[in-house]
Amino acid sequence: MMKFLKVIGKRFLHSVLVLFGLSILVFVIARVIPGDPARMALGPRAPESVVQKFREDLHLDKPLHTQYFYWLAGALQGDLGMSLFTKRQVAEDIKEFFPATFELMLFTGLVMSVFGILLGIVSARYSNRWPDNTVRVFSYLGVCTPAFVFAILFLLLFGYVLQILPTIGRISPAIDRPPTRTGLMTLDSLLAGNFAAFWDAIKHLIMPGVALALGPMAQEARITRSSMTDNLQRDFIALERSQAIPERLIMSKYLLRISIIPTVSVLGLDFASQLGWAFLVELIFNWPGISRYGINVMLHKDLNAIVAVIMIIGLMFVVVNIIVDLIVSWLDPRIRLGAERG
Amino acid sequence: MRLDKIKRAWYKFRKNPLSIIGAAIILIVVFLAVFAPFVAPYPEHAGSFVNFSEASQPPSARYLCGTDAFGRDILSRIFFGFRLSLIMGVVVISLTAPIGVTLGLVAGYMKGTWVETIIMRITDIFVAVPPLVLALAVCSILQPNVFNAMMAVSLMWWPWYCRMVFGIASSIRNEFYVQAAEITGAGRIHIIFKEMLPNCFGPIFTKVSLDMGWVILIGSALSFVGLGAQPPTPDLGTMVADGGKYMPDQWWIAIFPAFAIMLIVFSFNILGDGIRDMLEVEDA
Repeated sequence: MMKFLKVIGKRFLHSVLVLFGLSILVFVIARVIPGDPARMALGPRAPESVVQKFREDLHLDKPLHTQYFYWLAGALQGDLGMSLFTKRQVAEDIKEFFPATFELMLFTGLVMSVFGILLGIVSARYSNRWPDNTVRVFSYLGVCTPAFVFAILFLLLFGYVLQILPTIGRISPAIDRPPTRTGLMTLDSLLAGNFAAFWDAIKHLIMPGVALALGPMAQEARITRSSMTDNLQRDFIALERSQAIPERLIMSKYLLRISIIPTVSVLGLDFASQLGWAFLVELIFNWPGISRYGINVMLHKDLNAIVAVIMIIGLMFVVVNIIVDLIVSWLDPRIRLGAERG
Repeated sequence: MRLDKIKRAWYKFRKNPLSIIGAAIILIVVFLAVFAPFVAPYPEHAGSFVNFSEASQPPSARYLCGTDAFGRDILSRIFFGFRLSLIMGVVVISLTAPIGVTLGLVAGYMKGTWVETIIMRITDIFVAVPPLVLALAVCSILQPNVFNAMMAVSLMWWPWYCRMVFGIASSIRNEFYVQAAEITGAGRIHIIFKEMLPNCFGPIFTKVSLDMGWVILIGSALSFVGLGAQPPTPDLGTMVADGGKYMPDQWWIAIFPAFAIMLIVFSFNILGDGIRDMLEVEDA
């Protein structure tokens, strides 16, 4: 147990260092911009004295490393600077837009892990029969279709042709918005006891969420299948069968637990890469989240906001990785008990 | 002996009909891209051609995939779009794979020294954010154009090669043949490139084929949001984005370029699987 805590502690420290390094990288990228950021922020007609004042206020006249430490000191206190795009504190913007992305990603994660693993189990259980082949064809399609193409196809099919799902935003304008408590539309409507709003919010989540989830889901199904069929040949399964343990119990208790370890590891990676594709999907569905905000600030060269958005994405990535490590070590007693991984 | 090996590899490759299909589609796409000015039905539509009298025509015998809002043939523009996509893939991978592979090999060979620490910790920073997000940021800060898009994606792509090769290199570092080479006094360069590199070829080639698809995808995503190729350059991502404005009535403007992207990524994917089977790479 001590060894396990030590591993997690080390992992945590490593993550902090990665975020620190990322902040330097992003800061440097944001400052190599050709042109004068102060002049860009104020426009060509502002008098030179005002621009000079702005430069001094934002420490833009100092060398790069001094600027970085000013930024870091501010960031650690929650001050990420002003956004030129929304004319507000970046931290406030993040606070407003983050819950929408968080909700979308939670939904995506849920869909891709549950359905991915289920399809994988079905595939392994009926390997080389028709359910397996169907899943295989589906997973090829899923892996090679980018989320934004799924998004557009869904939009056309479910949004316009069949008209069964809403196409933009988080909730219909006709529905009473629940008071904001957690910022998650579904949870807020439940807390307010407003089931119409809850159902409406779920309907809004389906298209963007599924568009993001389909690719990784296919990947998860493939990995679960191959890992289960491989483990089925292992000695411990033969031993359990020889002890007349019911097949269902072997499948659900012993085989599944060990077989979804690679799936969970890949799930973390896939989930993180979907944070990137969310940038396009949020744009398509006009989802008021941090990714759509990210695209907007990028198109406006809003440096403070760009740095902040990337740091938030990096933070989510790191947190997801730590959670995945915890789940894997819970699933795999060899890691939990501090043994060598074999 | 050598011929025998090639024959056996070919046998393994064609055992899976899907890999043959993938290779065939890629050959066709490359052909269409290279000879686009000759095979496209309306090659002049690739540029800033305008013909409003034939704008937004649905697919017909005259325009197989319909025309866009400027009256340009979508099929012709898809052929020219293949060009840009393939160039993007080839440039990015030929820039990043050698750099990533070399760094990964060096870090793997020097495992446990400060060289490994520096290389791998820098790699960790780059892989802590999805490549698309950093590429978007770099493109937005520089001028949005095709060249900068390629540079931005390249900047984000090498760490993934480095990480993969490091994994293999650090495990083969203690194999007997590497130790034997060290004992006989072989130089570091010789050991890294002549002894270790050939044993990493399988996974590298597989990754190159899969990555061709992914890089093309990232490139189209960049131009989809307007941070890559600029109009009137025919680019699949830009075409999907433009078409999105005319949904759902003129669905063909977005859907056909979208299918073209899917087709490329799909083919490189199944080709990659075929190469994996051929070179007997174990599933990562």
